[in-house]
Amino acid sequence: MPDSREVLRLDGVRKSYNIGQPNEVEVLHGIDMRVEHADFAALVGPSGSGKSTLLNQIGLLDSPTAGELYLLGKPTREMDDEARTALRGRHIGFVFQFHHLIGAFSALENVLMPHMVAHGKPDREALDRARNLLADVGLEKFADRKPGELSGGQQQRVAIARALVTRPALLLADEPTGNLDTKTAADVFKLLRRFNAEFGCAVLLVTHDPRLAETCDRTITLVDGRIDSDQ
Amino acid sequence: MWIETTIAMRFLRQGRAQTLLILVGIAVGVSVIVFVVALISGLQANVIARTLGTQAHVRVEAPEEVNRIAPAAAGTAQLLLEDRRAQALRPIVNWQQVRDALDHLPGVTAVSPVVSGPAFGRRGDAVESVALIGMDLPRYLRVIPLDENMVEGRLDVGSGNALVGRQLAQDLGLRTGGKLRLDAGDGRATVVNVAGIFELGVRELDARYVYLDLKQAQSLLALPGGVTVIDITVAELFEAKRIAARIRGLTGLKAESWMETNAQLMNALTSQSMSTNMISFFVAMSVALGIASVLAVSVTQRTREIGILRAMGTRRRQMLQVFLVQGAVLGVAGSLIGALAGWGLVGIFNTFGPKLFYIPMPAGLVPASMLLATVAGVIAAAVPASRAARLDPVEAIRHA
Repeated sequence: MPDSREVLRLDGVRKSYNIGQPNEVEVLHGIDMRVEHADFAALVGPSGSGKSTLLNQIGLLDSPTAGELYLLGKPTREMDDEARTALRGRHIGFVFQFHHLIGAFSALENVLMPHMVAHGKPDREALDRARNLLADVGLEKFADRKPGELSGGQQQRVAIARALVTRPALLLADEPTGNLDTKTAADVFKLLRRFNAEFGCAVLLVTHDPRLAETCDRTITLVDGRIDSDQ
Repeated sequence: MWIETTIAMRFLRQGRAQTLLILVGIAVGVSVIVFVVALISGLQANVIARTLGTQAHVRVEAPEEVNRIAPAAAGTAQLLLEDRRAQALRPIVNWQQVRDALDHLPGVTAVSPVVSGPAFGRRGDAVESVALIGMDLPRYLRVIPLDENMVEGRLDVGSGNALVGRQLAQDLGLRTGGKLRLDAGDGRATVVNVAGIFELGVRELDARYVYLDLKQAQSLLALPGGVTVIDITVAELFEAKRIAARIRGLTGLKAESWMETNAQLMNALTSQSMSTNMISFFVAMSVALGIASVLAVSVTQRTREIGILRAMGTRRRQMLQVFLVQGAVLGVAGSLIGALAGWGLVGIFNTFGPKLFYIPMPAGLVPASMLLATVAGVIAAAVPASRAARLDPVEAIRHA
């Protein structure tokens, strides 16, 4: 039974590629896991262990070959692209290693983008929320700058603000500090921590960095497409 | 549609160099279409106007005389050597009734009964062969605008007055007020007063035509009360052929439209229209291919951004619209510039060109060419847009 604290539940999730062909390969061999409201978890594992694949399933960017993935209690495997996209836009925030802002829009517009693609022209309330988020990441003065005019760390902070503008239940961060210097990385990490505490959104963070993983509340280790440890 | 349009416009503005280049490309294509279509339709209208300035749209005559050949008895072979009958000048039977019937025929705007035949024109020792045309002036003017072609004197054919062509006047040394002796053979001759001189612009007609009153011509040509031709003007030029066929069916007379009389001209006009359409089609196609290739490049360049937008909840349909809107915007903007440029070219041609004729700007041409370019833009955008919509977000985000 999904309780009110559950954000995400994976039930025997398997993922294969090249199905039906001689080079068919299974990358995830039955993953069971649960993420609750306000969790702050790290997903670690060596290269090729299936971290990115798992993250893509969780982020509803891809759908599992077998098993079931529940987001806020809703089974998602059978959903069509339209429904999955809508669910993803509403409840999941993404932060990628390479920030990935849209170059043609200002920092503020980038923050508003997930809201705008779902609801169209932003109203006062959405604008205020986006401005507050930019202020929270310390970039209120840069609202009208284009991404090209911001530093890497600033861009990543804009990306975090963007991931939070829809008040998602789950924030997925793929190596969010991967290409930042130590000082900037620490700042970004602090921000994730702060929003996790303030908004209560669950954070799942993929990282290579064992020191970063140690500071999380929970570390899920993935080895060869199976969960090796979860503590 | 707000966010889709916003993203589309931002994308276009960001790729400024590409956008400007393709806009210029579309504009050049559309201006060529606008200019060529205006030029050719202007040229055609001009040629038709010149041709029909001296011709009726439909010419109705008495049917030709043919030999009646008795059919051979069954079982016998017949060898036939036929001499075609001489086509003597014959009046149209019951022409008054025919005229009244034609007056009420839908699509016919003017009916002018005419009697015409050959004669000699003499002045002093000079003799010229002429064509006598007897007509009812008010009716005739609605078919041939003789009043616009007068170079001297007044437009009057009544009471012994005649109008002669400029070339004939020159050949016989005639002036307004001079006398011309007309001899139609068999002792039928008269002297007329030259009331005016006209110039239709066709040398052959200006050297031969002599306009008289209907009655005077009838007596000269020994066709009292008769007419040999009924000239007709129709409302829709290109309906002439159909109307001629209708008249043939209705009256049993010989009716020939200007389209049949000028078959070669019609052929030329049709091929011209066809080549204009082909030019338009191929230019539109290359405009469309230009838009398609620019957007295809844009989709490739923006693969990662498309992936991000998809991850953030942008639906496939929205992604499709972003690129369709870009195609439409390029089509509208490029064709607006192009249509104005084409208009400008027409203006330049009219002002500085050879000035042989004036090209009017067809009213619907600008909106039509803009519509064409816009539709072509959207269709051209369809392929890259559907590729953008089908991109797998996972792959797209990883795209370098």
